[in-house]
Amino acid sequence: MTLIDLANPTRFLALTARVLPWLAAATVILLTIGLYQAAYAPDDYQQGATVKIMFIHVPNAWLSMFVWGVMSIASLGTLVWRHPLADVAAKAAAPIGAAFTFLALLTGSLWGRPMWGTYWEWDARLTSVLILFLMYLGLMALWRAVDDPSRAARAAAVLTLVGALNLPIIKFSVDWWNTLHQPASVMRMGGSALDKSFLVPLLVMAIAFTLLFVTLHLAAMRNEILRRRVRSLQMMQASRVAFSSELGAGSRQENASKGAA
Amino acid sequence: MSLGPYASFIVTSYAAAALVVVILIGWIVLDYRNQARRLRELARSGVTRRSGRSAVDAS
Repeated sequence: MTLIDLANPTRFLALTARVLPWLAAATVILLTIGLYQAAYAPDDYQQGATVKIMFIHVPNAWLSMFVWGVMSIASLGTLVWRHPLADVAAKAAAPIGAAFTFLALLTGSLWGRPMWGTYWEWDARLTSVLILFLMYLGLMALWRAVDDPSRAARAAAVLTLVGALNLPIIKFSVDWWNTLHQPASVMRMGGSALDKSFLVPLLVMAIAFTLLFVTLHLAAMRNEILRRRVRSLQMMQASRVAFSSELGAGSRQENASKGAA
Repeated sequence: MSLGPYASFIVTSYAAAALVVVILIGWIVLDYRNQARRLRELARSGVTRRSGRSAVDAS
């Protein structure tokens, strides 16, 4: 099955029916391993046990940006290649991305209180992630506001690509400005600054959350395809009703004119 | 496994993550059931796709 074959929604539905159970099983297994490793990871010499929040905060923070990246690629698919599933992918990803971003903000806040002494600080990293969260909500509102999916898709694609400018700002905010948030410690020049005992559970949790996203995204795309089928069938049903009532009115008018003659 | 003096922050973080993930999964599952039910109702009332296939048909 090639990428072009997947442009056919029916073939895509067949693929999701086959792969979703396997993806769900792999996600559960990896999450179990990651949670076990996170539970038994040693305490940090400065942060103590609060370092365990990292295993849940960092994967969500990565995914908050990754999902917007996926939506940006899908938006290019909508605007440039007009791929039939591109806007389905973008629309289905938005609520999932919003949930991951919300969790990144919430767990970051809960980690910040004992470590920084505050739940929130208007520094560049925290503020740019909050803006990302608001952009997710804005996109979801846009999809709901426009009734015709193809018209909504173009507007949402433009907004998504403009919003993608925020991704490098989030990533490099800790380098460009003096922030309360620590600089990058995993993906940085010169390798990770984390010890293996923290790095391994973190990477397992990151892969598990990425698989969770892929699973949820495919399932949400399947739902969106079905929703569009419902919409087109309802429109077909409405046009049939309108046609038959017009036909009925026409024959009544004909009978009335015959009677008058 | 001792979570130290900030156990409530750690437990709340994991509980919130679990809750949000469960809500996401529940929403997606319920949405699927809802769409599939609406498609079955449409098929029962005689509205079908031009291909003649069932709208929920994935093969």
